[in-house]
Amino acid sequence: MLNETNLKKLEELRKRYPTSQSLVLPVLWMVQEQEGYISEDSMKYVAVLLEVPFSHILGVVTFYTMLHDKKVGKHHIEVCTNVSCMLRGSAKILEHLEQRLNIKAGEVSPDKKWSLEEVECMGACGNAPMVAIGEEFYENLTLEKLDKLIDSLQ
Amino acid sequence: MNLRPIDAEKLTSWEPVILPRISDLHKIDVYRVNGGYEALKKALAMKPEDVTDEVKKSGLRGRGGACFPTGLKWTFMPKQSKKTKYLCVNGDESEPGTFKDRQIFEFNPHLLIEGTLIACYAMGITTAYIYIRGEYSKWITMVQTALDDAYAQGYVGQNILGTTFSINIYLHKGAGAYICGEESSLMNSIEGQRGYPRVKPPFPAQFGVWGCPTTINNVETISNVPVIMQNGWEWYSKIGYVKQPGPILVGVSGHVNNPGVFEMPTGEPLLEVIYKWVGGVPNNKAIKAVIPGGSSTMILRGDQLEGIRMDADSLKAAGSSIGTAGLIVMDEDTDLIKVIARIAQFYYHESCGQCTPCREGTGWMFKILKRFENYQARMEDLDVLMDVANNIEGNTICALGDAAAWPVQAMLKRFRDEFEKRVYASQPRIAVG
Repeated sequence: MLNETNLKKLEELRKRYPTSQSLVLPVLWMVQEQEGYISEDSMKYVAVLLEVPFSHILGVVTFYTMLHDKKVGKHHIEVCTNVSCMLRGSAKILEHLEQRLNIKAGEVSPDKKWSLEEVECMGACGNAPMVAIGEEFYENLTLEKLDKLIDSLQ
Repeated sequence: MNLRPIDAEKLTSWEPVILPRISDLHKIDVYRVNGGYEALKKALAMKPEDVTDEVKKSGLRGRGGACFPTGLKWTFMPKQSKKTKYLCVNGDESEPGTFKDRQIFEFNPHLLIEGTLIACYAMGITTAYIYIRGEYSKWITMVQTALDDAYAQGYVGQNILGTTFSINIYLHKGAGAYICGEESSLMNSIEGQRGYPRVKPPFPAQFGVWGCPTTINNVETISNVPVIMQNGWEWYSKIGYVKQPGPILVGVSGHVNNPGVFEMPTGEPLLEVIYKWVGGVPNNKAIKAVIPGGSSTMILRGDQLEGIRMDADSLKAAGSSIGTAGLIVMDEDTDLIKVIARIAQFYYHESCGQCTPCREGTGWMFKILKRFENYQARMEDLDVLMDVANNIEGNTICALGDAAAWPVQAMLKRFRDEFEKRVYASQPRIAVG
């Protein structure tokens, strides 16, 4: 399931930790980056690969919020609504996105292009409000900036 | 509420040392030209115990919230150990209102690497993990680049600078769990487990990651170490507040004109921070409330900020704590019920689920607070809410339970009027039966 590059990376990573269980998070990250999400089959594969029970992998995947066990949209938009962002208008950002993309937080659009998630503090409090798409942070947002951003992703 | 005009008086002059105003400092060559890795050379010429001693005498206290003396923590590590010793640098930074470590990752990653090296040398450690939250993917890449450069130039790796000191530093990416900022869950997370906190004792210095002696230090704490080595403990111990000296990164967010991270000596007056460092409140509005150190610290009334300073003792005396120095300012129009309901939602979401009082209690608090937010609460709910909070505090394995209870308790004590107003504004109850 892991591609050649990632398998090579895995061999490098093995040297970093004394137990193979420690590779659970790094390997799950690789799977998610490769497949977009972590399916049950992937979890079983990781379990065999790292000699860790499947139940353990399932436990880890469902514990960490950034690991997705379901498919997300092509553009997965995360909106922080925690205190600092809330004080600077994140509710409007979320509402605007829900209207524009016609999905609620936690949903994926029917064409699989968009998914929206309400997330906890992303550490961008000084540049609130913000959204994250992939690993990129878009900060100091206004509705106009947000619209431009969405347009650029069409 | 506090209403104070902005005066033009000069603010405390401080030339930043953790985040100096030097462009491209994240590049290793620029870092070296500006005295980078000199502290490491200095440390390597000393005995490890003397390095620890230097840090001890400097008075540096942890910047992750607990304010524990760093040098003392280092002495807990066994000198001789059959097991491998580890250092974990905590860059999980997930407390709402906290965004200081991110600045170090972005603008001065070599300082963090240098600090890690010195700490490892002092404690005889040969492997360090820097744990960075998964949301900071972009910043992990930045630190990794810096780390690769440091390896390439011989500052990290085998026989550093021609000495017998060898060390490996690895980055470990989190995956979205606030609780992993708690030191024992951070270790469990590195071990590839769910981020469940462990019962202490045994403490990490005896039984840490993989059962080996481990020290966990915050990113900002570690970044202070090269500064101490470079300038000496005497210089450092004279910066700011005497019992918690040094520069501190204060992240200010919410209703202020220039939010951001500011490096300042400890002990700056809170009002000066708000009115001078960050330019006051937009539209010159009054301050209704301030959360001084991240969402888990107790909220302070805007009209009671006079005399409070940004240091551990002053904030403790004021009935709060410095936490991670993530200052959240709220103006007079803020709906505090909404604020506390949001904070409660956060702890409900982030509770790992291990201890019943926290797992259940955070949910109950959230639901009751939502009732207040939606104008459906009854006066009795005030007592129920306090009762739930009191029964979480102190009854859990880790401090997340306390962190969830404190903001609720403080809000009930200091802003009871807000809750009562909400009840009066609520729909009258329909009598049943």
